[in-house]
Amino acid sequence: MQTPEEYELSRRGVLVGGAASVATVTLVPIGTAAAATPAAKAPPTAKVAFEVNGTARELELDTRTSLLDALREHLHLTGTKKGCDHGQCGACTVIVDGRRINSCLTLAVMHEGDKITTIEGLGTPDKMHAMQDAFVTHDGYQCGYCTPGQICSAVAVLDEIKAGIPSHVTADLGAAPAVTKVELRERMSGNICRCGAYSNIIDAITDVAGVKA
Amino acid sequence: MKSFTYERVDSAAAATAAFARTPGARFIAGGTNLLDLMKLEIEAPSHLIDVSRVALDKIEATPEGGLRIGAMVRNTDLASDMRVRRDYGLLTRALVAGASGQLRNKATTAGNLLQRTRCPYFYDTNQPCNKRKPGSGCAAIGGFNRLHAVVGASDACIATHPSDMAVAMRALDAAIETVDAAGKARAIPIADFYRAPGKTPHLETVLAPGELITAVTLPKPVGGTHIYQKVRDRASYAFALIAVGAIVQRDGTGRVALGGVGYKPWRVEAAEAALPRGAKPVADGLLAGAKTTHENAYKLTLVERTLAGVLAQAKG
Repeated sequence: MQTPEEYELSRRGVLVGGAASVATVTLVPIGTAAAATPAAKAPPTAKVAFEVNGTARELELDTRTSLLDALREHLHLTGTKKGCDHGQCGACTVIVDGRRINSCLTLAVMHEGDKITTIEGLGTPDKMHAMQDAFVTHDGYQCGYCTPGQICSAVAVLDEIKAGIPSHVTADLGAAPAVTKVELRERMSGNICRCGAYSNIIDAITDVAGVKA
Repeated sequence: MKSFTYERVDSAAAATAAFARTPGARFIAGGTNLLDLMKLEIEAPSHLIDVSRVALDKIEATPEGGLRIGAMVRNTDLASDMRVRRDYGLLTRALVAGASGQLRNKATTAGNLLQRTRCPYFYDTNQPCNKRKPGSGCAAIGGFNRLHAVVGASDACIATHPSDMAVAMRALDAAIETVDAAGKARAIPIADFYRAPGKTPHLETVLAPGELITAVTLPKPVGGTHIYQKVRDRASYAFALIAVGAIVQRDGTGRVALGGVGYKPWRVEAAEAALPRGAKPVADGLLAGAKTTHENAYKLTLVERTLAGVLAQAKG
């Protein structure tokens, strides 16, 4: 039968380790455990310097670190969200050297010298970017998790149309694409919204573009 | 993800030399497919050679009147180039039918050609897959396979090649320029670039280990009406069930390549002679010897009907 003291000891082990099995492991004398575990080889790291929202940053990172994790875990810019972590949902969209990309599918160490803009760099609660303002005005979100990616994508989409980049729905490849709902829906298809705020998102973008679509 | 060492190189020669020094290395450029596969440990290179800043990012006219597209040219930039839009519209149409805006901003020309299948069993490391783990079997044969190949497949693998761009490149008779570790360059016609799965579906192209793609060249424009018709489960941002890439001339002759039906962009030049007679004889020629599963026989009908639609559209 378990005495109150034993119970207390086990409970602490569970709380500290976060898993029931840890309580058993803690019974192994420390010296034995150390001898049985080969010294873990530190994973390779590399240095990278880039600019985030106008501020120069230097990091030494495990080479495996995605740009998304560098932003969130190392620079504590948690506005950029991790959704699927496989480039399928667009929640991690940031703007690098003027182009929107999935920050989950790129290594931080590959961005030496790049200029990165996250949702925090577009605007602040006191001084919102026009696109952030329009998302609020048009209720372009519900839970808000995909919103930073949607807004970064939307800002870049308007620049892409302005630059004449064609899309799947552009009828004439010889002409400049126009800001229409059809164009915006196609261009925003890499940003998934589980709450289904799509129509309000398109309203917000057309508002910023200054067109009645 | 397995840990790896990393280096950035600034020339193709430095890239191939780095590969020679580091067995187990992979080149990385856009990384949108490779990193995804590394997260799942389907790819586990011990060293990455970053070639994204190698100066192979230009689109240049060739003396023959065609274009040389640098291996590092991003999908967005290739699709947007005015020469491509004017003379190789099929290529722009195929590119913008693929992936999302974010991915096209990162994905490169060479990487697009080398992307791996999206067969769900290739991605599911709990399932047998001869492409991922040679000799382990194929879970797609007899499994959920409505997305899978109807031509060119083997008893070991029925995966399809996922690229839209490659379908256009095949119809346009592109050639893939490479350089190997010894500095030897060669040009591979895209028709000869992909290997049939046979018993070795893990070997996907004729590239030797460490051989680097430097460019893709297009012969001089052939004119005609360029149409890329992709059929998919949703209107945007999905892989093809099937795709038809066609160049149709005023007299009804032309070229056709298919996506979503085999391990490579599928073209049968001999079948194209039937183009003036309509879709059926062409589809019959393209899909001769097709072997369907319990779930993907619809692709044969879908190819014929989509091609009929494309030919009607080309007539205007």
